[in-house]
Amino acid sequence: MRQERCRVEGVSPVSPGTMIQVRALEKSYPTGSGPLTVLRGLDFHIAAGESVAIVGASGSGKSTLLNVLGLLDAFDSGTYALAGHDTRNLDDATAARMRNELLGFVFQSFHLLGDKDAVDNVALPLFYRNTPRRERRRRAIAMLERVGLADRLDHHPNQLSGGQKQRVAIARALVTEPKVLLADEPTGALDSSTSTEILALLESVVAEGKTLILVTHDLEVAARMQRTIRLHDGRIVSDERRA
Amino acid sequence: MRGLLSIDAWEEVVVHLLSRPLRTGLTAFSVAWGVFMLILLLAAGDGLEGAMRWNFRDDAINSIWLWTGKTSRPHDGHPVGRRIELNDDDVLLAEALPESGHVTARFIPPSDTRIAYRGRAASFDIRSTHPDHRHIEGTVMETGRFINHRDVAERRKVAVIGRQVAAFLFPEGNPLTAPLGTELRVGGIAFTVVGVFSDDGGEREEQLVYLPITTAQASFGGRDHIDQLMFTVGPPDIDGASLEAADRAVASIRARVAQHHSFHPADRAALRVRDRIHSYGDVQAVFTQLRRFTWIVGLGTVLAAMVGVGNTLLISVKERTRELGLRKALGARRGDIIGMVLQEAFLLTSVAGWMGLLAGIGLVEAARRWLPDNDYLRDPDVDLASVLLAVVALVFTGLVAGLVPALQAAAVPPVVALQDE
Repeated sequence: MRQERCRVEGVSPVSPGTMIQVRALEKSYPTGSGPLTVLRGLDFHIAAGESVAIVGASGSGKSTLLNVLGLLDAFDSGTYALAGHDTRNLDDATAARMRNELLGFVFQSFHLLGDKDAVDNVALPLFYRNTPRRERRRRAIAMLERVGLADRLDHHPNQLSGGQKQRVAIARALVTEPKVLLADEPTGALDSSTSTEILALLESVVAEGKTLILVTHDLEVAARMQRTIRLHDGRIVSDERRA
Repeated sequence: MRGLLSIDAWEEVVVHLLSRPLRTGLTAFSVAWGVFMLILLLAAGDGLEGAMRWNFRDDAINSIWLWTGKTSRPHDGHPVGRRIELNDDDVLLAEALPESGHVTARFIPPSDTRIAYRGRAASFDIRSTHPDHRHIEGTVMETGRFINHRDVAERRKVAVIGRQVAAFLFPEGNPLTAPLGTELRVGGIAFTVVGVFSDDGGEREEQLVYLPITTAQASFGGRDHIDQLMFTVGPPDIDGASLEAADRAVASIRARVAQHHSFHPADRAALRVRDRIHSYGDVQAVFTQLRRFTWIVGLGTVLAAMVGVGNTLLISVKERTRELGLRKALGARRGDIIGMVLQEAFLLTSVAGWMGLLAGIGLVEAARRWLPDNDYLRDPDVDLASVLLAVVALVFTGLVAGLVPALQAAAVPPVVALQDE
């Protein structure tokens, strides 16, 4: 354990372009009938600028993996380095800062705040890094224009279609200029033509150099990523790059 | 809690509170109502106490008053029903008491004694007293002087008249200065006016004429007779020492007067005693209890409002589980979340508390201005220190009320909060 950790901290990552480095990662949940192991020793690297689909059946551990990668959930053993930082035993404030600065989240059900209009929803992550209000608005508006919602700035979520909501959510994920975008079934609640638009938007983000990790059970969606990691029962059963 | 001092953080809280106007309004109302009632209760208690003090205002509260009646017990061969009369020797007995301070007697000339100046005449009450009387009665000299020891010793024919008497007898001149040095006829005898007084006891107490007791006894057939004997005990405030001193003084004066006039020392019909120290102390004890009770009831009301605030915030946190999880995913720290809920509690309680406070003080001020004088409420007021204390307690309780919901909010695991159904 200790040696592995030293490797992550002491020596620079395997290659300078490595964004995510996971080694021997294990996680289990306590249940009534003893611990349920969800992740059973995962090893993989993801390079900066890669787009990766994580696929698998329900219960394969893909959502748990995404939560661990997003610093929303702790793991039991192994190592996980994000952009060169060891993430074990992070205190709350550091984890919050790393989420804010390095990560952007996109969820299946959008998770927009109903009280706020599109601009305020997008600006919210900047609030937690003490960006001045005018700067927050400026960047939120610019990001909404970037995702094609220049004419929906002051609309509230209930005035937007599903595709528009997901665009707002993506704008919110991108407004902090994160290194990694974590998407959990981002097209799960959308029809196929809207899904295509959203995937095109995500691909354009990758083209700008951001890393995209997308959890899905939809193989058509996965096929649009450069690489597909398939999980089964908490283990990686295949890791394929698109030719 | 980086946001605690930033306007942005407050704005987040305000926007959230205003987005649920009914709930916010009802909770704020309960807090405001609690504070409002606390203020009203305190003011009502104060007003009641003010009325009580007003009713005691006339005479020194540390005074003991003695007057006589007929004996109700046989004693030393004397039958029951003998009338006891005080005289000048009893004044000496009172002066000899170690507890006594100011000592005076009263001799009241016959009630048909008329007072006249030039063409005007009236039958104002006349009291003839010793110089110390002014301390017991609360007589305030407006001009000139009160009766002094030489007046008494030399039986001078001088008079001190009340403001109302002066106004009646001297309708043309300044009633405070015009009478000085003039000669009044009191029961046909000329007395020189040496002073004009006012009295906290009100107009009735100013419709009086004071004469030296010795002069009046000699002029109106009193010989050495006195009608009442009064003396003060200890300092003019109520403490354990003055109560004990009053008890001792009453016991010894009873014994001495009884021996002097030869009646049974326990004969309460023969010698009547009014001890204002004990009466005042009793009433004051009631008010101390009342004040305590007022605070308990008032703070109970405020506390109930606080429980309401805590409850509302708990519901709010429950309802916002997803939002809190999301905020964490976007970079909110535990402290940010705790700060947000505490700010909500603080804002709710302090704004609503201040509103209740202002409404309460407004009503009290209105009552002070518009309420006619009466025997039950007088000068209702809340003292600023208690009110500020209440506000500080309010805000503190608001934060305490917010603490449980805040910690619960901070404990929301983002993974669970963000799970898609």
